[in-house]
Amino acid sequence: MKNLVFLIIGIFFGIVMFKSEAASWFRIYEMFQFKSFHMYGIIGSALMLGIIVVQIIKRRELKHMGGGTIEFVPKEKSFARYMFGGIIFGLGWALAGACPGPMFTLLGAGFFPILIVIGGAVAGTWVYGLLKNKLPH
Amino acid sequence: MSWIYEPWPWYVSGPLIAATMAALLFAGKNFGMSSNLRTVCAALGAGKNCDFFCFDWRGQRWNLFVMAGAIIGGFIAMHFLSDNPVPDINPDVIAQLKQKGFESAGSSYLPTELFSNQAFSSAKTLGLLVLGGFLVGFGARYAGGCTSGHAISGLSNLQLPSFVAVIGFFIGGLIMVHLLFPILF
Repeated sequence: MKNLVFLIIGIFFGIVMFKSEAASWFRIYEMFQFKSFHMYGIIGSALMLGIIVVQIIKRRELKHMGGGTIEFVPKEKSFARYMFGGIIFGLGWALAGACPGPMFTLLGAGFFPILIVIGGAVAGTWVYGLLKNKLPH
Repeated sequence: MSWIYEPWPWYVSGPLIAATMAALLFAGKNFGMSSNLRTVCAALGAGKNCDFFCFDWRGQRWNLFVMAGAIIGGFIAMHFLSDNPVPDINPDVIAQLKQKGFESAGSSYLPTELFSNQAFSSAKTLGLLVLGGFLVGFGARYAGGCTSGHAISGLSNLQLPSFVAVIGFFIGGLIMVHLLFPILF
């Protein structure tokens, strides 16, 4: 039953990713060319509303459906991993034109070469796990 | 209701993404899609020789349901909620892409040069797609999150590390598009 809730949230998210065109390679390219407000508007408005939602949840100590208080785990302090990891991610995001959510949306939409991208992403994650202790964090 | 078949404007889409994050918070979880890639590695047996993947991935099953939903959502949006989905991108960008050999710019959702089934028979295209995916997977885990985990969840919680990561995303994207694309395409 609980899994059905997550499936429905995922379906909603997938539809939004496709219909917003955030899953379009062209929109990502255009964003990095600063030639349209579209992607900045999406991220910016999501963020503005997101900040308000998080503040309300924190101040009112709201509970989730399991009954516990909604908690936010702070990200661990570091610079190197976020900057280097972020740059590597950005290189891939611009090349493949898809981040990890839209990849799955595009698969559902029937763009099957995205399977190669997903395979690459799984491989990249795996290799990161193997090299983790040798990288600056 | 015809608006639903049109592309959704940013001021509709952005708030709906925030709603996705809020729904997951009220379901007791955090919004983060790239965690699924780690879960898939663990489920495929990567934990046998690597601690990073040695965790009870079944505890992350909820997120695999979100992932499965994202696939179904893509199918529904493409087949039932769209009427010839072509992003209305900037004409300058279309002209520029055509010059680079992306003839499909302005007439398809994704460049057919990379994402039509002919991609499976071109070594260069396969290589670029694998490389793009690899960098996304490696970078997301190294940075501890992707667009959903950092740019949406992390920044909504005013996390400085997420701000650094998002700056990194943009540095990487700008390097790719402005410095590497002229070499690659």
